[in-house]
Amino acid sequence: MMQFPPAIAESGRETISGDRTLVLNMGPQHPSTHGVLRLVLEIDGETIVGLKPEVGYLHTGIEKTCEAKFYQQVVPLTDRIDYLCPMTNNLAYCLAVEKLLGLEIPPRAQWMRVLMNELTRINSHLVWLGTHAMDLGAMTVFLYCFREREDILRFFEMVSGQRMMTSYFRIGGLALEPPLGFFEKVKKFADRFPGNVDEYEGLLTGNPIFMMRTKGVARLSAEDAIAFGACGPTLRGSGIDIDLRRDAPYTGYENFKFKVPVRTEGDVFARYLCRVEELRESIGIVQQALAGMPEGPIKADAPKVVLPDREKMKTQMEALIYHFKIITEGFTVPAGEVYQAIESPRGEMGYYIVSDGTAKPYRVHMRGPSYANLQTLGKMCEGQLIADVVAAIGSIDVVLGDIDR
Amino acid sequence: MPLAPPITDVEQLKSHPALRRLVEWNSSIVQEVKFDRDELTIWIAKESIRDASAILRDSPDCPFNYLADLTCVDWYPSEPRFEVVYHLLSIPTKERVRLKVRLDGSSPAIESVTSVWPSANFYEREVFDLFGVRFTGHPNLKRIMMPDDWEGHPLRKDYPVEGYR
Repeated sequence: MMQFPPAIAESGRETISGDRTLVLNMGPQHPSTHGVLRLVLEIDGETIVGLKPEVGYLHTGIEKTCEAKFYQQVVPLTDRIDYLCPMTNNLAYCLAVEKLLGLEIPPRAQWMRVLMNELTRINSHLVWLGTHAMDLGAMTVFLYCFREREDILRFFEMVSGQRMMTSYFRIGGLALEPPLGFFEKVKKFADRFPGNVDEYEGLLTGNPIFMMRTKGVARLSAEDAIAFGACGPTLRGSGIDIDLRRDAPYTGYENFKFKVPVRTEGDVFARYLCRVEELRESIGIVQQALAGMPEGPIKADAPKVVLPDREKMKTQMEALIYHFKIITEGFTVPAGEVYQAIESPRGEMGYYIVSDGTAKPYRVHMRGPSYANLQTLGKMCEGQLIADVVAAIGSIDVVLGDIDR
Repeated sequence: MPLAPPITDVEQLKSHPALRRLVEWNSSIVQEVKFDRDELTIWIAKESIRDASAILRDSPDCPFNYLADLTCVDWYPSEPRFEVVYHLLSIPTKERVRLKVRLDGSSPAIESVTSVWPSANFYEREVFDLFGVRFTGHPNLKRIMMPDDWEGHPLRKDYPVEGYR
């Protein structure tokens, strides 16, 4: 039977050696908690006896806000949940609404979605790699990672006009056709990027200091990973072979060939290797998406849901009416409910949407992968040293916006 | 692609491993089923949710060993007011199923499933915090998102979007 980590004593308790444990507060303003995460540690000397995450400092009530918005107005809100991978959030939400509507998306929009999603994954993993390495004392990696991340943010700006809060996907397709020269620039980046990954790996993978800080640290067994709800690279680092892109393909992932890296060690180093390997696989998918990018429309043929083109609006009466109606009263969605899960850089990101047949969602619930992964932290850190907590937080790659919502 | 009408007949849906397992164990706890948009929903009797969860988790051919999500929907002002929603995933077979339990609006309470899936811990706290549904047998049922002294449960439909002023 699964055991919960022991509860934290309020003010310390007797240890076996006769000393008292100490309750120590880490965060919410701590440079290595990646945001406003607060951890209550109970320590015996340097050893962690219990660890309890306290969350909610970033709670903005997005789920409540969604209930007061039209379906299309929720898209920009989803960017703000997991702010390191905005496109993944956009995609999960759009897919869920499209499933509710029964909408078919044209191939070009699907391939663009895959392309942008993999760039987002690389972007997110680069932030993770840079900050994780910096937490463990390797400053250079951070600078290298952010150099490449800047290129990706420039791509985001090209397609959507925004570097971070992109809102590029729309219900029924994409906002805009990518600008001229976009694919050539991405291609150039994709050709160069594997060399950059070698560079990062050269600094970390064989580095004795990095290996000492990560190998065998914060172990999570496969049973515990499943029981405590780990997902994404945290789950794959513990030897569970699951990736929703392959196991439950969405938005055309079945057309792409990629490997799912799995490690069995379950420590910080294993999770690091999984993510670095994913960087290489993602750039492979980007290459495939660039090579096979189909021509055609970028929006579904559903005038009551998808905004018409600007050109049509100026010449056609119906287009103008539909535009006016979508903007002022939204579009109705048939009653029902869906749970759409996709593989975000951090794991299973699920959107549960309940529709009551009106133009506003009755209930939107986001299943954040960071929220799930955070629960494993207590189990991971039991019996570890305080310094290892920093490595463990980095290795599960939490984003507080995703936890608190 | 036009939407297919939902299927609500238990006999027709028995091929799904989750429903088959539950009906074989005790068919009286299955109140209602619905297969809509490729997703199966099973309404479970309130008092059997923990046992049904354990039965599904330990199913030999398709173990639903992963609790993907746990949340709640408020159908105010109709009764039964709350629906607690469990999304389960079977990691070996990649099957998914959604369990639902209906709860009355006056002092809603349900048995906790933390003893089946420890990962339910945070999710149940969140539902308790934002909907005011109590989970009996939960090891640490405290507010998680809102401050401890907060009044009301924000995700209830009778709670105004701008908060109380």
